[in-house]
Amino acid sequence: MSLWKDFTTGIIRENPVIVLMIGLCPALAVSSSANDAFGMSIAVLFVLLASNIIVSLIRHHIPDSIRIPIFIVIISTFVTAVDYIIHAFDMELYASLGVFIPLIVVNCIILGRAEAYAYKNNVFSSALDGLGMAFGFMLTMVILGGIREIIGNGTFTILNYQFINLGEGYNPALVFIMPPGAFLTIAFMMAAHRKWLKK
Amino acid sequence: MVSNELTWYMILMSSILINNIVLIRFLALCSFFGVSNEIETSIGMGMAVIFVMTLASASTWILWYTLLLPLHLEYLRTAVFILVIAGLVQFVEMYMKKALKSLYNAMGIYLPLITTNCAVLAIALLNIDYNLGFVNSIIYTVGVAVGYTLAIILFAAIKERIALSTAIPMPFRGHPIGFITAALMSMAFLGFSHLFGL
Repeated sequence: MSLWKDFTTGIIRENPVIVLMIGLCPALAVSSSANDAFGMSIAVLFVLLASNIIVSLIRHHIPDSIRIPIFIVIISTFVTAVDYIIHAFDMELYASLGVFIPLIVVNCIILGRAEAYAYKNNVFSSALDGLGMAFGFMLTMVILGGIREIIGNGTFTILNYQFINLGEGYNPALVFIMPPGAFLTIAFMMAAHRKWLKK
Repeated sequence: MVSNELTWYMILMSSILINNIVLIRFLALCSFFGVSNEIETSIGMGMAVIFVMTLASASTWILWYTLLLPLHLEYLRTAVFILVIAGLVQFVEMYMKKALKSLYNAMGIYLPLITTNCAVLAIALLNIDYNLGFVNSIIYTVGVAVGYTLAIILFAAIKERIALSTAIPMPFRGHPIGFITAALMSMAFLGFSHLFGL
């Protein structure tokens, strides 16, 4: 039961973006299409899972006073790896995520989970916590990117599968794939979360 | 997009207005929403960001072109830059506390917040990505930081008024209305796009 709880808190009750308001910069910046949003959340998923596992594995050997620099070095190692992997396999995604890939390193979600959870818990529940938080992030990103892409471009595409296409007759509201649309969409998502999902 | 061909004036205009770091490029959002409840504190935050960002850009630029690039350690860029920035902020804080007491009282409390400010790292990385020369990268950094200060002061001024309003529906109070405000500001800043043909 508590393992299940480790996994689900990050998805709705403590959703990183909507509730805790962390990881906002990448969430807003790369959500102009569902596909970019999905790619970004896969990168975050990998880094968060790997850093949570490593931090939890070596937590008894980390001196308390220098733990933050150590976390940062661990996280930046995985971020560099992700940077090079995306560069090698998906040039298009690499170009549209741009500087936000190396910036995963200062994403508060990852450092926050290392400090608040992985540093104090065993490997298995740290991994579950990382997965849960990353799925919460992914869900928010795909919904945010999806809403923006459907309204702003009339399509919904993930990994070359086109799920929705409103066709030629649809006149897209371009503002939604431009910067103001991101602020507007997340505002309404937050309000909806407060109205219906918060106990 | 900034490059070495632009004049200093163009670089400044581009970074302050056309590509405003907060409202158009979505960086430094945490502090933008977190430290903007009063105009006074947002001015302090803005000044601290201008100071630290310039220092961080200068030191990471020098480090990149004198150490990392000649030694072919490009892959260490992210790790080295973030550690340098974190160390720099600590160092500045300690030095200020000892030598520049009045300045420390004015912006000291904002310094630790800046380490986690993604804009500082982003600009250090972008200076390298755009292949800017040393002087141009300093101009670009100052412009970006001034753009941040402008945006956060404007936002704090609007937020102070919103706090007095009772007409806002319950689910929108606090952050959601803040985001809607930011959306409207962002639309206003979009009006600057293609200014001077940039």
